[in-house]
Amino acid sequence: MKPAPAVVSSVRGELALRCTGLHRYLGQGEGRVHVLKGVSFEARRGQIYAIVGPSGCGKSTLLYLLGLLDQPDGGQIEINGHLMSNSDDLARTAARGAHIGFVFQFHFLMLEFTALENVMMPMRKLAKMPVGEMEARAHALLESVGLGAKSRRLGTQLSGGEQQRVAIARALANEPSILLADEPTGNLDVKNAGMVFDLLTSLAKDRGQAVILVTHNPEIAQQCDLTRPMRDGVFV
Amino acid sequence: MSPNLRIAYRFLTAKKRAMLMSLSCTILGVGLFIVTQATTSGFEAFFIETILGINGAIRIEDKIQDTMRSMEAASGSDFQVRQREGQKYIEGVEEPQQIISVVSEFANVRGASAVLRGNVQLTSSFTTKDAQVFGINLEDHLRVSNLAEKITNGSLDEFRGSPSGALVGRVLADYLQLGVGESFVVFSRGESRRFHVSAIYETGYRDVDKANVYLHLSEARSLLRKPTGATFIQISLYDSNRAPGEAAHLEEVLHYSVKPWQVREQTWLTAFRALRISSAITVTVFTLIASLAMFNTLAMIVLEKTKDIAILRSMGYERRDITQIFMWQAGIVLAIGAALGALFGAGVTWAVGRVPLPINGIFKTETFVVAWSARHYVEAVATAIVMVMVASLVPARRAARLEPGDIIRGTAQ
Repeated sequence: MKPAPAVVSSVRGELALRCTGLHRYLGQGEGRVHVLKGVSFEARRGQIYAIVGPSGCGKSTLLYLLGLLDQPDGGQIEINGHLMSNSDDLARTAARGAHIGFVFQFHFLMLEFTALENVMMPMRKLAKMPVGEMEARAHALLESVGLGAKSRRLGTQLSGGEQQRVAIARALANEPSILLADEPTGNLDVKNAGMVFDLLTSLAKDRGQAVILVTHNPEIAQQCDLTRPMRDGVFV
Repeated sequence: MSPNLRIAYRFLTAKKRAMLMSLSCTILGVGLFIVTQATTSGFEAFFIETILGINGAIRIEDKIQDTMRSMEAASGSDFQVRQREGQKYIEGVEEPQQIISVVSEFANVRGASAVLRGNVQLTSSFTTKDAQVFGINLEDHLRVSNLAEKITNGSLDEFRGSPSGALVGRVLADYLQLGVGESFVVFSRGESRRFHVSAIYETGYRDVDKANVYLHLSEARSLLRKPTGATFIQISLYDSNRAPGEAAHLEEVLHYSVKPWQVREQTWLTAFRALRISSAITVTVFTLIASLAMFNTLAMIVLEKTKDIAILRSMGYERRDITQIFMWQAGIVLAIGAALGALFGAGVTWAVGRVPLPINGIFKTETFVVAWSARHYVEAVATAIVMVMVASLVPARRAARLEPGDIIRGTAQ
């Protein structure tokens, strides 16, 4: 195993996330691939980070590890100063609910629910406020993504761009300190892609959230505070 | 409404056809369970009621005498060893009144009646038939049987006031072409005596109705030449289900052979038990189908909702939340299915109870016999809960085990 590279830090705001020497293997037997080879990274609140690289270089795998959706085979992950890489599923789940918001390439809305209910879903689990307050907050978030008028529509009654905007509102529902976005504009046309990216970054900046996004789009990467190119499982 | 229940409800209603299939199977499972239980236990309960009404809960029959083996020491010695070797039964009951007075001390005993039985031949103007006479003290016997309720022609008052009166079974009366007030001759031990029909009864138990003739005990004693004793003592209990325990106690106290109805009617009861087990197996298959339908529906929903499961997990929903969401779905189907199934079962039971089914053998009925018991409903719902919930656990746990990273990456197994 290679030694972990020196941690590159973009010092602005409070440290939200840190990973050191992350390794991850995928597959089994002869098909086992060393996807991440000792990746280290830091993210601070109020900063937008872009991870770029060719397909299969390990960008999404890294994002899922940082989002505690997957467990590393080696290395450490700290969320808001808490070491999470060795913690159990329950603790990682709780950390995801409280500190991390996700936006995926495909919106992953729950289509049987309205836009409002989708945004309220993480809040209901966290149960930090009364339902009325949750509803008001969800409304406000949908307003901020320009969908206040469509809050009662089911996921199936919204366009692709609108669905992705609902997904952004949902990701922000619990005021997470970290927002992880996996190709959030990858499935949208140019106009919608620009709108979604602008929304994502402006809302996150306003709230002092660390945004880490994986993208193939160089234009979007250029607009981020820091771009980290990746190749063959390491930052280059 | 909890978030998990809300999600469960939406997941379920999104798969209306599959949900309706599971619901229908649950309704059928619960409903048919109730109907089957109501019909099988209906006939069994009716049979028990009939035989308790005729023969009482307990019979004291034969005296038990221990047989002893004795060994004596050499002559001149008083030393003797006696060893119990076995038991011998002496037919009949000696001094029945003394035994009745002892029996009456038992709290669960409602009544006791001494009965003298003998084989006779009956001759009417038309024909002759073998029969059995039962000498009874009417008032005692009415306390241990439902004879009064079974009178179809004539009256017990006439029997009370007439020493030569007789109560004749419906089938026997028809065979001899006897009506109320008509006389017949009873032959026994070379002697004949004339009696008349005071009343005709019909218990519905064909073996009884075709052979039994009730006479006054004193007349029967004279006819059968048994001035003392009785063939058996018939006992009725307040709680017939406690008959085996009471019988054992009585046997120990009286040193008589005492048979509870459960032993006496063992053959029929075993047949009913076999029927009940057979129907229970059938019913279990219905419920199993309901649980398989639920399993199928949930497995389908798990397959279709993997992405939703992943997004829920990414939002902080725990594995147990995912399990709960799927168990709630089973719970919703169960709750609605159990309620509708109980209504369906009650409706079908009511309808079956009106189906014409003339039976006259071990009991008499004109329609299908059904039993209404809350226990059937509780058992049906409990069986459905256990089977459906167990079947639902598999897909629910599978859903909870899904790794969100694998789903999003598209490598979920």
